[in-house]
Amino acid sequence: MTGFIARIGARTILFLEEVGRVTYFSTRILAAIFHRPPRIRRFLDEVFGIGVMSLIIICVCGLAVGAVLGLQGYHTLERFGATDSLGTVVGLSLIRELGPVMTALLTTGRAGSATTAEIGSMAATEQLDGLRMMSIDPIHYVVTPKALAMVAVMPLLSGLFIVCGIAGGYLVGVYWGVDPGSFLTGLESAVEFRDDVVGSFLKALIFGILIGLISTYRGYTSAPTSEGVSEATTATVVEASVCILVFDYFITALWGV
Amino acid sequence: MVGAITHAHPQSKISVTAPATTPVPSSQHLELDSVTMAFGQRRVFDELSCSFPPGRISVLLGGSGSGKSTILRLIGGLVCPLSGRVLVDGEDITGLGPTRMAAVRDKLGMLFQGGALLDSLTVLENLALPLREHTDLDDAAIGAEVHDRLASVGLYDIDDLLPNQLSGGMRKRVALARAIIRKPLILLCDEPFSGLDPISTRQVESLLVDINHRRGITIVVVSHHVASTMRMAEQVTILLPHRVVTGTPQALQHHRDPLVKAFLSADLDPPQDAEKLEEVEVMPGRARP
Repeated sequence: MTGFIARIGARTILFLEEVGRVTYFSTRILAAIFHRPPRIRRFLDEVFGIGVMSLIIICVCGLAVGAVLGLQGYHTLERFGATDSLGTVVGLSLIRELGPVMTALLTTGRAGSATTAEIGSMAATEQLDGLRMMSIDPIHYVVTPKALAMVAVMPLLSGLFIVCGIAGGYLVGVYWGVDPGSFLTGLESAVEFRDDVVGSFLKALIFGILIGLISTYRGYTSAPTSEGVSEATTATVVEASVCILVFDYFITALWGV
Repeated sequence: MVGAITHAHPQSKISVTAPATTPVPSSQHLELDSVTMAFGQRRVFDELSCSFPPGRISVLLGGSGSGKSTILRLIGGLVCPLSGRVLVDGEDITGLGPTRMAAVRDKLGMLFQGGALLDSLTVLENLALPLREHTDLDDAAIGAEVHDRLASVGLYDIDDLLPNQLSGGMRKRVALARAIIRKPLILLCDEPFSGLDPISTRQVESLLVDINHRRGITIVVVSHHVASTMRMAEQVTILLPHRVVTGTPQALQHHRDPLVKAFLSADLDPPQDAEKLEEVEVMPGRARP
């Protein structure tokens, strides 16, 4: 029994230590935002790498999810003779929930893991130490632009995912006989800009912060071996995905978004 | 300590001095004073003391895991010791904050084992980076400075190449050019000859000697390469289990300690089974370009 309690205690201490390290790492990123010189060029490069290079996967997945939602929604609503509400169902589902969450999960898999692997391999090949020896702070030069780019890009990708999803739902709905005008009118009347659209963007922003923080932290603290980088990449995908879903629940429960 | 070989017994805290044949200058320029270092539970060394004379080439030799690279990382402030002092140009750098440490690093250049060039930047951008960060030079002046440094290590027309497009020897020389681009007082070289063919090894070795002669930079080299060490070093420090032996290459070659002898002779002695070399058949032909 004593051993069991000791193990729980040890785990708790380890967990709290990790929370402390993540908090310290976050404050270093926050402080680095205001350091000079501003890393605008590196930030734009990262926006390109994370955002532009994710466009195809976001568009294709958005279309697919919207199409499935349209199909399932149509067959469900048909039972109640309410197929004209398909636009409302597809639109609200995508804007309030599926858009930010699916985009965050996709971005974690594509860009979050790549960010961790890149920073981890920089640590393994002493590139971060090389920067330190040139009196260049790796947090300022490498980590902060990547984390900020993730935050900036997430709402935009989420918006794109939602637009593609609605297009997919529209095409499927119209194909099955839903009136195009009813679809769009239902969508327009049901969606509140402040509550739904702004809330959706805020959700995406928070997911962007989570992915940016977790992916850069895991890369920065990875063991300087190929196995360490691999473990860090896996940890990023697992932890970010779990955090996104858990935070999604709490944001929805507390803010009603 | 001048003109002596120093045996420091860190664990027993005993220091023994023995006469050496060639004097070794003593200085506080770069010094580790009773430094204890550990990574987690693993002790790397206990109360290690050694110093490196200014303006000279010093080589650190030792077995794998003896802490040679760790000494360079301690001098660079990349790791902190458990106890003891690390003096760089007379200043104790242990426990310095980031701003003060940055000022100390302005005096240091470091050549890492793998080069540590940034993968995403071209050769020109890699070399220009420290100048862009720490000077007000315009692009033209930075370009001229970069080309000058590249020329000094015998490299031309490679501005737009990425590090992964360079050979091992070229990568080392580019990294060396980057390490000296801000004219440091002290150059730290971690295994500069590892993974290089004999010709590239000689090139890098000549470059280090040349840099030392022309600029008077203090150079500390960590190496396993005994032959190069004997050619270029003015002071050799050997990290042996539980003790450190320091002296000139000539003095150490006549040292009585069997471990020192064994260490230094490993690379220098001709192969014991030289007659077997006669069995090697040389085939006509040439290597694929």
